[in-house]
Amino acid sequence: MKQVPAAGYPVPEVASHNSSGQLYVPVFTGTSREELDTLLGRYPTKMAAVLPALWIVQRERGWVSDDAMAEVADVLELTPAYVKGVVTFYTMYHQHPVGKYFIQVCTTSPCGICGADDVVRAFLQHTRSSDLGVTSADGRYTVIEVECLGACGFPTPVMINEEFIESVTPGKVPDLLARLP
Amino acid sequence: MAERKMVNLTIEGRPVSVPEGTSILEAAKVAGILIPHYCYHPGLPIAGVCRMCLVEVEKAPKLAPSCATTVAEGQVVRVHTERAVEARKGVLEFLLINHPLDCPICDQSGECELQDYTYQEGRGESRYREPKRFNPMEDFGGDVIYVPNRCILCTRCVRFMEDVAQDTVLNVCERGDRALIGKFEGKDLTHPWAGNVVDLCPVGALLSKDFLNKSRAWELDRSASICPNCTQGCNVMLETRDAQIARIKPRPNEAVNKFFICDYGRLNYRWINRTDRLEQPMVRTSGALQTIDWDVAIHAAAGLLRDRRAYVLASPMLSNEALHLLSKLASRNAGTREFRVATGDEAPLAGVEDLALRRDRAANVYGAELFGFRRTEAPLSSLAASDVLVVAGDDLKNIDPSIVERAAEVIVIGTTLPEAARNATVALPITNFAEEEGTFTNLRGRVQRFTQAKPAPGLARPSWLVLGDLLGVLGQQQEFFLPSEVFADIARSYHELAGLSYDRLGMKGLPVLSAQPAGAPA
Amino acid sequence: MGYPHPLHERETPLLSQYFGDPEARSLDGWKSRGGYKGLEQALGMAQADITNVVKDSGLRGRGGAGFPTGLKWSFMKPGDGKPHYLCCNADESEPGTFKDREVMRWTPHALVEGCAIAAYAIGAETTYIYIRGEFTEPLLWMNRAVEEAYADGILGANAMGTGKRIDMHVHKGAGAYICGEETALMESLEGRRGNPRIKPPFPAVSGVFGMPTTINNVETLAAVPQILLQGADWYKKMSLSNPKSTGTKLYSVCGNVKKPGTYEVVMGFPFKDFLYDLCGGPLDGRKFKAVIPGGASVPIQTMAEAEATLMDYEGFVAQGTMLGSGGVIVIDDAQSMVRVIARIARFFAHESCAQCTQCREGTAWTTKILERIRDGHGTMEDLDTLIEIGENMTGTTICVLSDSCAVPVISGIKKFRSEFESLIQGRRVHPVLEAVA
Repeated sequence: MKQVPAAGYPVPEVASHNSSGQLYVPVFTGTSREELDTLLGRYPTKMAAVLPALWIVQRERGWVSDDAMAEVADVLELTPAYVKGVVTFYTMYHQHPVGKYFIQVCTTSPCGICGADDVVRAFLQHTRSSDLGVTSADGRYTVIEVECLGACGFPTPVMINEEFIESVTPGKVPDLLARLP
Repeated sequence: MAERKMVNLTIEGRPVSVPEGTSILEAAKVAGILIPHYCYHPGLPIAGVCRMCLVEVEKAPKLAPSCATTVAEGQVVRVHTERAVEARKGVLEFLLINHPLDCPICDQSGECELQDYTYQEGRGESRYREPKRFNPMEDFGGDVIYVPNRCILCTRCVRFMEDVAQDTVLNVCERGDRALIGKFEGKDLTHPWAGNVVDLCPVGALLSKDFLNKSRAWELDRSASICPNCTQGCNVMLETRDAQIARIKPRPNEAVNKFFICDYGRLNYRWINRTDRLEQPMVRTSGALQTIDWDVAIHAAAGLLRDRRAYVLASPMLSNEALHLLSKLASRNAGTREFRVATGDEAPLAGVEDLALRRDRAANVYGAELFGFRRTEAPLSSLAASDVLVVAGDDLKNIDPSIVERAAEVIVIGTTLPEAARNATVALPITNFAEEEGTFTNLRGRVQRFTQAKPAPGLARPSWLVLGDLLGVLGQQQEFFLPSEVFADIARSYHELAGLSYDRLGMKGLPVLSAQPAGAPA
Repeated sequence: MGYPHPLHERETPLLSQYFGDPEARSLDGWKSRGGYKGLEQALGMAQADITNVVKDSGLRGRGGAGFPTGLKWSFMKPGDGKPHYLCCNADESEPGTFKDREVMRWTPHALVEGCAIAAYAIGAETTYIYIRGEFTEPLLWMNRAVEEAYADGILGANAMGTGKRIDMHVHKGAGAYICGEETALMESLEGRRGNPRIKPPFPAVSGVFGMPTTINNVETLAAVPQILLQGADWYKKMSLSNPKSTGTKLYSVCGNVKKPGTYEVVMGFPFKDFLYDLCGGPLDGRKFKAVIPGGASVPIQTMAEAEATLMDYEGFVAQGTMLGSGGVIVIDDAQSMVRVIARIARFFAHESCAQCTQCREGTAWTTKILERIRDGHGTMEDLDTLIEIGENMTGTTICVLSDSCAVPVISGIKKFRSEFESLIQGRRVHPVLEAVA
């Protein structure tokens, strides 16, 4: 049974058990619900709020679970299968928990010819991750390769969660990791 | 009604004229040309994703997807130019590179569109040298299994569930060559019409669990029929192997069921194959039912009915022909005509107008009522001691045998001998609908023909033949040699069916003159 | 965070004048630099007149297609009683391209102003700015700029006090290159998978939410305010070669050059000067080998072709490629063309939406063959197969991602065949492939 988070976080009014008996705490309550309602006002259809709603889920929970997909479906009057089809199309929604720091290194050709592969190797080495996409044993890091991040003139760009860092070289990697709280 | 403007164009040298807004692919059908395709289906919204239907249109720089391109006046379309053939060959090659090529163990073999077009236009050999993509088989719930490795991602199944069933249970998951059809964990494909995705799937990716490994497609015989399981009257194809129904598939009928049948009807066929049947005519002699010649049995039954009132409890599963003759039997001495029908929940197919699994679970309630049979929840309630009870097709379940025994005599005309009628005097074995020819009338008054799909067991005879002989012996002056002749008698006797005949009905049926409009309660 | 390089004297900084100037990003900073005068003027003009100025200027879509912008706007029929929409395509994902990012994070108000003018001209009360999810900084600055504009009354129900409604919303993408395709962008905005649509119907007839829609690139829209203020003739005069290509273009230069970054030059600028002078030429001890001037989807140029090119739409076509997005990827002689092309193919395979058979299967198959050649297990037949696959992938699909994957492969094999052949001839024995061959 998942722990309900401690104080300093608005305790949701309604929690429910999902099909495997675990407690699922809804995302869209309180301020998140208000945020969604504001978003809904921007589009003529509820369906158009799917991507923004999923971003709220990922911000609040760190990833998008099946339960969260079902909640988004419920709130937007869609089916869970439909929402799942959308989630699996876009690469930025995590469908399982990831490390505290999700490190995304661009390796598409413009960065590839400027040493991106070495940057990847440096990250894998210094985070002590066994492989790409595998969270490190201490749960702090997950390193993946991504496609063009649109900063090709500053090779190699790296995203760590939502932070966008340009001009990363293998030599800068240890310091970068060290300053992460 | 406003006339739609007609457009004239030429397809493969054949001039054709079709209404404005028709796609090139449909226009080609009118011209007698089949443009190879996968994702297009007349019952589904257009997707245009398989890219198989590309044709060359004069003066257009790129090949056009014929399912998604509307006709234009004076268009010249070529289907078999080198460019178009190369394009199709290319699509087939792409579809086969990750395909397991497991025809020997795939149910779809023999009715697979990938096989068909590859044989017709594809490459003879593969030049793919890389490892093939693999995903494990999945149980989608209901009657459906999904084999991702064979899937060509035509998305017919997704579009059916989204648009026709209006229950988006299937999706496309992932992207690129990792894409496959998926569903949500815990939300299975249990929609009452979901089985249609198996028919729609052009390849062996979606399979019926019920039919799995049962038969090869080319071993099946096919007969056009009408689903007997409710009053909707969906047109079906009964597919048999070794005289047993192996599978039921829908038959297209724009006016009734479009291209679809519900899962209940699709899977409820085992009763047609049951072997505990009444196979020989029987008459009670010396206290026990003994098998006897048909002639003797008919005369015995006629003897019982000659001077007495008949109380007919008929099944609404009987054909129009049988019910008409039973009605005549009952009206001889002002007898009683009754029927009862099992009911269940209605299950509409939301995306199609007036199509549902109906509450009344029998094919011919309309016919029964038209021929004067009264619907009852309490059968045999007015059975008198002087009546001759004729049990025609009803299985007498949940009826107290003591009520049955009230009757002076009991004649069973059916496919089985009901337990509650074990003291019957005469038992005449008849065929079920799959073993005879006849007609049903659906809830909207549409009269539709069904044909014989399997032989009758033992000495069982068609219902209309037995009843015709019985009436003949009773001096009603009718001797029918064909079910169409019985139907002609119906058409003479009931003004609603005036002018109808088997020839006019064809295999799509026609409505009676007083047909109720859609929206009337079932 | 990266700051742009100092301006080169041969650049023409129309859009990039304030790149690197942090003060330009706020509303007050932008106003003090002449911002929103264009919108003020536009709101006093007739809608058709604005469109005519843009038409006259010769501005063409800067996202890659190069479609005349004024003409695109004129497809939006006024008075049809339907809500019109403007979508700003800020989904910049073409490898090698990073110019829209610069516009949004340095001059966000230029984009807000450009969108507002365009929205007014086409009768759209609502504008969606679709920004790719990875663009953290642009999202931050565009959100701020839109908020500031609303607070100042520039946007909203009473835009600049004229009684006209101009609403603008930033919409965050979630990681899909294909959503840069205009119909896929609309699908994504509607909350669906980013599957491109079949055209016709065209967006101006049936676009987002089934309503008439115009989609323009960031760079295109950012150029609009100045065109309006300075006039069409001023913009038209900026053309060194072909009069059909007017104004300036932001080029994103990356790869093996001394000075990568964003450069703005007038249409028709000589490519040779651009590469060797403005961009600083090759890295020490290296020579240029190949250039992909318009993002990964355009044909690869040999240096002979590149050095003869004048940088405009027609000029690039004349030298065997296309201007595309203006993402200049420079490759030097230390790189393996096979490796580069294989990685580009992998990009397209990753991004394919999976609708069309040729793209879904072809991009992945192409990648697998190229990687096998790269790793030393290729055969000469593979080259023929690659070209045939590429031809089957060209002109046969709903959108051009399929074509885009075929382009570098076919141009690469044609112009750098020797690199492929030497990898093949030096092939190592592959146990499984030898067994099945």
